[in-house]
Amino acid sequence: MSHPQEPDRHRMIHPDLAVSDDEAPRSPDGHRLEHGAGTSRPLRPRSHEPQPRGARVHGHRPIDQNEAAARFIAAPEHEQMHDERLWDLRQKRDRQMRAIPEWEELREIASRIKQHTLSHLDTYLEQFEAAAKANGVHVHWAEDGAAHNRIVHAILRDHGARRLIKSKSMLTEECGFRHYMAASGIEVIETDLGERIQQLDDEDPSHIVVPAVHKLRADVADVFARKLGTDPDNDDVHYLAERQREATRPLILEADAGLTGGNFAVAETGSIVVCTNEGNADLSGNVPKLQIHSVGIEKIIPQVADLGIFVRLLSRSALGSPMTQYTSHFRGPRPGTEMHVVLVDNGRAARLGMEEFWTSLKCIRCGACMNTCPVYRRSGGLSYGATYSGPIGLILDPTFDKRKYSTLPFSSTLNGSCSNVCPVKINIHEQIFAWRKVLAEARELPLVKRAMMSAAGKVLSHPALYRTAIRTADSALKVLPRFVVYNPLNTWTQGREMPPVPKSTFHDWYAANHPAPAEDPTSPEAKP
Amino acid sequence: MSADDVVSPRDTILARIRANRPAGEHPRPDVPRFPVLHAGRPLEPDDYVGVFETNLKAMGGKPAPEDADDLAALVRRLFPKAGVVASRVPELAGDIDVAACRPQDLAGVDVAVVRAAFAIAETGSILLSEAELGVNALAYLAQHLLVLLDPADIVASTQDAYHRPEFKERRYAAFHTGPSATADIEGVLIHGAQGVRSLTVAMRPRA
Ligand code: SF4
Repeated sequence: MSHPQEPDRHRMIHPDLAVSDDEAPRSPDGHRLEHGAGTSRPLRPRSHEPQPRGARVHGHRPIDQNEAAARFIAAPEHEQMHDERLWDLRQKRDRQMRAIPEWEELREIASRIKQHTLSHLDTYLEQFEAAAKANGVHVHWAEDGAAHNRIVHAILRDHGARRLIKSKSMLTEECGFRHYMAASGIEVIETDLGERIQQLDDEDPSHIVVPAVHKLRADVADVFARKLGTDPDNDDVHYLAERQREATRPLILEADAGLTGGNFAVAETGSIVVCTNEGNADLSGNVPKLQIHSVGIEKIIPQVADLGIFVRLLSRSALGSPMTQYTSHFRGPRPGTEMHVVLVDNGRAARLGMEEFWTSLKCIRCGACMNTCPVYRRSGGLSYGATYSGPIGLILDPTFDKRKYSTLPFSSTLNGSCSNVCPVKINIHEQIFAWRKVLAEARELPLVKRAMMSAAGKVLSHPALYRTAIRTADSALKVLPRFVVYNPLNTWTQGREMPPVPKSTFHDWYAANHPAPAEDPTSPEAKP
Repeated sequence: MSADDVVSPRDTILARIRANRPAGEHPRPDVPRFPVLHAGRPLEPDDYVGVFETNLKAMGGKPAPEDADDLAALVRRLFPKAGVVASRVPELAGDIDVAACRPQDLAGVDVAVVRAAFAIAETGSILLSEAELGVNALAYLAQHLLVLLDPADIVASTQDAYHRPEFKERRYAAFHTGPSATADIEGVLIHGAQGVRSLTVAMRPRA
């Protein structure tokens, strides 16, 4: 398969960020390493600037994502590094995808296994519970986030635990677990570097895979100087990471309990599968005498063999790396220790009954839809003022609070790229549009957004026109050329000032893509 | 949680799920076994070691030099400054009895030497479980990990790996694909985020 626009896809969006001094490690053969979330070329911001902060949250009042996005865009060092790093992850993902001829088949199988499991979720959960109990695991069920927090707190209290080490878990973010525990007298220590940075800075994660991707090294140096006592003038990344390792290691050794999330829960064996790059879930699960795994009920998959599909897709989609550094399978407690699994609903069972939205439960939290989204890349995850940001956030957040997140589904150009990269084939952009309709009908929307709806409706009522709009938009994602910006489906850029799109970039793109626009590998039309 | 509740959270959640079952048939799809491609053709057993090592290197791991026969000499050569060496393999007498340690006791280990249950050529991964580690934390608290791998224990693909018995038999099993790594600050890749700083794999048939 030839890729006529290959050079274009490898071109940077912000070439000014390229530097020649490279901090990346090398392989024994001298090749530059770019596994995990490592960038595929050395990048550096050009100057210091204060970190833009996230959306202003006022109780249940609708989040003004546009306002927070405007502040992010007004901080060009942050905005451009963010844009560049995430676009780089998207390109790394594309390279992995192209190396696997059965990629589309894998996505289809993964999607169907998930749909099958979700439509038989009761039986698979029962099977999981029985298998886990047979392995000596304590299984708990939590109807909502508050119940989850109470259950974990009770387990910790029963064991007299004073300190909990934890690895990154979006579910515990969703439950507000850390905030809840703050009043408990039990110390909670995040052990993922990015998540630890966010905890020390009292900020939520801005991305589900790379939680501190919106921060620059100087921001981290500032947080560590304040909280870990590091040298405020030293923002060398190796120095910062090493100091964090040294500061966290004793806390890990003295912890009374460990908590992880779960990427998959296998019904057949009662196992919890956790994927990390740092090995911190393995420390949480293997050092203290008490291990707890908090897992959303939608994370169930039927069989061990199914991991052969999902594990192949997850890290490739997330980071463009063939595997996470660690893929860990917790099936039972170590001798003399306890293992607990908390199965959490928190709105998932209700979502199962939403005809247009239940397939969002297929999500394996890879973040690919965020990395490809031009709105997310330019706004930063904290601008959404919600646990989940980017395209997946737009369709999950309103299920938690229809009013507060009523405007989020408008933070999209509806270009469809999110759906095209999604490893479990969620029709994300269609669900975003469906949410707009639901929210408009519920009159949760300001008038201006309702007016935008009718313009978008005209395009969506003409399927051929819509397909064309999606296809052309997807291959031009890197920048936001005029026809994406002024596409009537795009409510994000309407009515706001967009920084000018460099003309040359658009012409380069056009020249490289015509007459073969269907070559974009993420476009479904590319595979006739 | 409590069995005395009139309706337990468990039954509430299961009832909600049953009430909300999505419409339509959603049969389990057939899952074919896909071959791993190498140089445009399916991988053959003769390719396994080479492809494994190439992929291991891309993930930050290191193949050990082939010439060193004596394991103790190899450890000295790879880690000249190592203090405490913990061995879980009969080929090498280590400095401590790992099985007698609490996890916390292993924080002072410089080099841990273990044997992989098996490996995957497609990704350059090795699998370690409680059977190989004795104390699971060894593989994360040690500063460096040296893994012995029998070339006969390499499978071609991730799919093949998940047909192995370990996932049904072991209480804990983890694929290691290179060392502990992070790129959470500006995407700069760093080895030794929280766990081992390096992972070296030596091809050694089982004794
Ligand atoms: S919606 Fe799809 S692409 Fe987005 S995080 Fe979930 S699985 Fe990944």
